Amino acid sequence: MTASFDLNPHRLLEKKEPATAMEIKLRRRSRISSAIRYGVLLVFGLIMLYPLIWLIGASFKTNAEIFASPSFWPSEPTLSGYIKGWQTSTPYTFGRFFWNTFLIITPKVIGTAISCTLVAYGFARFEFPGKRILFATVIATLLLPNVVTRIPQYLLFRDIGWLDSFLPLWVPSAVAGDAFFVFMLIQFLRAIPRDMEEAARVDGANTLQTLVYIVVPMLAPAIISVCLFQFMWTMNDFLGPLIYISSVDKYPVSLALKLSIDTTEAFDWNQILAMSVLALAPSLTVFFLAQKYFIEGISTGGVKG
Amino acid sequence: MAELQLKSVEKTYGSGFKAVHGIDLTVEEGEFMVLVGPSGCAKSTTLRMIAGLETITGGEIRIGERVVNDLVPGKRGIAMVFQNYALYPHMKVRNNLSFGLRLKGRPRPEIDGATQDVSKVLEIEELLERLPKQLSGGQAQRVAVGRALIKHPEVFLFDEPLSNLDAKLRASMRVRITDLHKRLKAEGRPATVVYVTHDQVEAMTMGDRICVMREGHIMQVADPVTLYERPANAFVAGFIGMPEMNLVDAILTTPDGVPHLTLGDQTVKVPEGLGERLGITEGPVKFGIRPQHLDVCPPDTENALSGTVTTVEFLGHEINLHVGVNGESFVAVVASDRLSAIPTRGETVALKPHGNRIHLFDRHSEENISLAGL
Repeated sequence: MTASFDLNPHRLLEKKEPATAMEIKLRRRSRISSAIRYGVLLVFGLIMLYPLIWLIGASFKTNAEIFASPSFWPSEPTLSGYIKGWQTSTPYTFGRFFWNTFLIITPKVIGTAISCTLVAYGFARFEFPGKRILFATVIATLLLPNVVTRIPQYLLFRDIGWLDSFLPLWVPSAVAGDAFFVFMLIQFLRAIPRDMEEAARVDGANTLQTLVYIVVPMLAPAIISVCLFQFMWTMNDFLGPLIYISSVDKYPVSLALKLSIDTTEAFDWNQILAMSVLALAPSLTVFFLAQKYFIEGISTGGVKG
Repeated sequence: MAELQLKSVEKTYGSGFKAVHGIDLTVEEGEFMVLVGPSGCAKSTTLRMIAGLETITGGEIRIGERVVNDLVPGKRGIAMVFQNYALYPHMKVRNNLSFGLRLKGRPRPEIDGATQDVSKVLEIEELLERLPKQLSGGQAQRVAVGRALIKHPEVFLFDEPLSNLDAKLRASMRVRITDLHKRLKAEGRPATVVYVTHDQVEAMTMGDRICVMREGHIMQVADPVTLYERPANAFVAGFIGMPEMNLVDAILTTPDGVPHLTLGDQTVKVPEGLGERLGITEGPVKFGIRPQHLDVCPPDTENALSGTVTTVEFLGHEINLHVGVNGESFVAVVASDRLSAIPTRGETVALKPHGNRIHLFDRHSEENISLAGL
């Protein structure tokens, strides 16, 4: 026995004759099933988002209220967390720390984009002696835990005399030290046909011109993704600045947040939370502005052909 | 414009695989040379070696007076049209066309003038401000041709430029490219062209001369008529012509001093002129006859091969008749209006070869031995 049911809701509503019992049953069943699905998604979505919502709510609470009420909605909203937090307990305002973060991020992102593109282009498009071993090394550093290299790296930078400067944070990235980004760009490049580059060579472009005029524009979504990742990771990086930077006037935001916990005995949680909200803002803004490219870059990396 | 010369050009890959076996080829100034062959015959590799996109591992390539072996593609005076167009996706058509000139740092008015001229010739003036992704296949291919044309290269290289287009567009682009070649010649700036294709229709219709390749060897270089009428070997004979030439093993015998071809239990007399020219008088050979050169006759016709019809393909203006003769399959093409009744499957017919169209090939070397003395 075969039976076919038209489950298109529009078609069902259009029908003039009254719905049969079977149709009503199916319609109800499909509604219930989507209600359950959306309900489950909503609940889990909220659970994931709740800490963030709570954080934003709590940043407007008084210090006393934060631990008194579990609700995220402040009963007496106040901006004092933001005002006092911005002043900090140091001679500098939070503006200084944001500026420091900016000073670390900008050269680092630019250096990463340029160096990783160059290295990825080399690996993806040229044959040279030792290529396999070098590429294996790049992949190996991807698998190496960061912690392992911390101490030798620290000693190295100490001997060069770069401690308490931004150089240990900039330089490794400016020489394509982030193997993950190199790998990501190589994978993306491999998916781009070589014909355009060959056409450019026939048109008289040299290697560098081909890279700048042809490869980089085609690679743009991937490069933007790399910049975004680097931006967010650097913004959130705590350990790097903690190890290499000792003077407070050079602290980035991530260290400054910790600073307010260290200096006083009774923590002003609302100030910390308020500054955390501010610290989140740049990453979120940049992410939403570049979301289109970001997602394009991640999703097309492997399959575009 | 210049002559292009390949002298014992070789290509051996790092793995030891030899793709091109010392080929010699001269493309004269203003000549349209087509490289054709089945896939894997190294025709594209040869083209890419001329372009400088592949290195050569032996021999010499000359463009005009210059040996270009070690020159980068941009300095060889060539322009290339790629199979999948290879337009720069982020540049408008205008910038795609002028990219080469801009790299050379030519003055703005000259670039604009050249872009205008080329787009007029190829009728792509309305497309100048579009991006490649907004173009149809035919338009994109015209832009790709324009990008080659704008440079006034000494040699044009085409790498299967029409294979991504549908049949109808391919036919019109074919005419467009040959017209362009003729027009440039008439304007006094003849273009030397090397055109790679696997499509024998393109090869036959476009080429002044055709170079048939197989597994890195040149099998024959000749104009289309010679290639069709006097194939140098069994490979060329089988490759050129639609449907393929019938090639079957046969024995050459001379009972009573008259050369005959024996296929199983059937014999066909070899025409007089041919028999005298042949270097051998007896022995195994490969017998070749084009489907168009077989007459379908009633059974028991003299000097014909009788067989059973296995398939009848009705194409409208003509009929492809597949006939089994002694276990070998023959195809005969007959104009439909020349048959009083279309033979049916299972019917016995006789196939009578046009005497002077018979080709005989050496079984081992596959050389055409029926051409000797011509």
